[in-house]
Amino acid sequence: MWEQIRANQRRSALLITLMGGLLALMGYALGEVGFGPGAGLIGLAVALIIFLVQLAIYYAAAESVLLAGMGARELSRDDMPRLFNIVEEMKLASGLPFMPKVYLIDNPSPNAFAIGRKPETSAVAVTSGLLYRLNRDELQGVIAHEIAHLKNRDTHFMTLAGVMLGSIIMLSELTWRMLRYGGFRAGSRSRSRSGSSSGQAQLIILLVAVVVAILGPIVAQILYFATSRKREFLADACAAQYTRYPEGLASALERIAATPSRLVVSKAVAPMFIVNPLSGARGETSSLFSTHPPTFERVCILRSMAGAGLGDYEAAYRAVRGGGLIGGASLKAAPIVTPRAASGEGPIESRPETRMAIQRLAGYVSVPCACGMEARVPEGFEGDSVRCPRCGSPNPIPGAVAAGVAAQAGADTGRQEAPLEFLRRGGSWETFRCGCGASIQLSPSFCGARVRCGRCGRHINVKQAA
Amino acid sequence: MASVGIGVIVIVVLFVLPALYVIAVYNSLVTLRNELDNSWAQIDVQLKRRHDLIPNLVETVKGYAAHERETLEKVIQARNMAVAAKTPAQAAEAENLLTGALKSLFAVSEAYPDLKANQNFLALQEELTSTENKIAFARQFFNDRTMTYNTRIQQFPANIVAGMFRFAKREFFEVREEAVREAPKVSFK
Repeated sequence: MWEQIRANQRRSALLITLMGGLLALMGYALGEVGFGPGAGLIGLAVALIIFLVQLAIYYAAAESVLLAGMGARELSRDDMPRLFNIVEEMKLASGLPFMPKVYLIDNPSPNAFAIGRKPETSAVAVTSGLLYRLNRDELQGVIAHEIAHLKNRDTHFMTLAGVMLGSIIMLSELTWRMLRYGGFRAGSRSRSRSGSSSGQAQLIILLVAVVVAILGPIVAQILYFATSRKREFLADACAAQYTRYPEGLASALERIAATPSRLVVSKAVAPMFIVNPLSGARGETSSLFSTHPPTFERVCILRSMAGAGLGDYEAAYRAVRGGGLIGGASLKAAPIVTPRAASGEGPIESRPETRMAIQRLAGYVSVPCACGMEARVPEGFEGDSVRCPRCGSPNPIPGAVAAGVAAQAGADTGRQEAPLEFLRRGGSWETFRCGCGASIQLSPSFCGARVRCGRCGRHINVKQAA
Repeated sequence: MASVGIGVIVIVVLFVLPALYVIAVYNSLVTLRNELDNSWAQIDVQLKRRHDLIPNLVETVKGYAAHERETLEKVIQARNMAVAAKTPAQAAEAENLLTGALKSLFAVSEAYPDLKANQNFLALQEELTSTENKIAFARQFFNDRTMTYNTRIQQFPANIVAGMFRFAKREFFEVREEAVREAPKVSFK
């Protein structure tokens, strides 16, 4: 039982069926308009082809492409152990059978999202702004919400529905174009059939097709966004259950909504964010075309929960919005849970810490100066030393040096080159450059004897300073 | 012909449908039980991780606060007990002790600024705190699943199938929350 909420499954099946039906209808209309009367089936085939091509594009442009488009960098446990710990905690709380990857986006607007069709490619991404603005409980709430998206397979269904929506919009545009330019109708055939009665029937079909072409995309969008909003509420409900602390998510949502969003993302991924990155700060109202429910409503529901279980969320949801959210079967199975106390821990990373982590990820080399200042040099920097920005004295950029006199053994291939050597200065984060110029980071907990350069593949011996 | 048809229907209703029902219930119970075993394994992983971290922590603290011998010994003792535990009930008991001992160790460490500034100690502290959290969250999930499983095997008519194939009731992984039960101590000095 990967998916937790049965009503959710039913709803997604309904959504996919309805969208599929709409897609077929649009295709049929396109055929009638574009290829002449009676050619609806051709249109149907066109619709299918468009859908399949879009699906193929989406599958080919995997998560990594989307993430790279947003400037997200994958984190390893050493980069941010506390963030990793929080993700793992929530993975355990949700019973998710796999550990999602963790990505960091360098952006001051606090936001987060989940992505992934398959366990292997699933990822949770957070912005740097989120890390230093939220305390641990709040961040935990946000991560729990994202993990809930993965657990409920929202990432899967919403992207599939998104592809369908895109195809429907494309078909509608195609139909309009064909209407304007007359489509592929063979002139002779349409003239030969222009008897008065069949002409009238044709006109009616044409009119219906036009109406479908206009309404189709609108209906599809309303369906899509309604489902998206429902799933946001459900992810909130699950997050409260996982963390046993609804207040964490509530205050995180408030904080995120209070900060103007400066994230540039495509519309396709907007529903996956915790708060819609495309809407302005708090200027959101509930409309048929919004991906997320208004934040104040979500906060209101979370704050009026009596406990922390799904049943409590359902009761609060009914009180604030009216109508039910979670199906009876899942509610019956849901355990009664009481909320826990706040952990009282502050932000998991400070602003300078976060900036340093981002620079490390971007391959910056840090060069400490005797005056206490630290210069950070980007990866492509030419030259062996840098002037300290405060006292002006030149400092050598730490790099790995060839070990001993074995350097002449360096043959043509990179792997056979003599091993390089780097002397560690202390137990903190250290960055240095390989002979090829690529920068290499060592975490405080690194205790191995050698590392391998990611670019040239050369081995570098690491010696600990005594 | 009609009598053959009725015969088929009778056979289907009497034998095939119940058999299908039993198969479905049995399979769902097996799924639930495996899920339960798996979530127990998740707790186990975290408990082991905690046991592995503790010797490191003790070594680090020793360097700065050697005369807190009593506290350190308590931690080691609790850890060894936890490692030796066999059943979930025993494990729960020992882990409670260990949690308490660790709490007092971290409380004691507050008095040593040098220790608090040690990178290694800070990393260990974060790891241990998070491992505690992970144990708590894994336990939370385990107990939720245990409840679902227990309810399922006790409910009619699934209990018949459960009895037939000996699906036994499972115990929860309980934790005494002393901090909650004890009244806060207030001292006027």
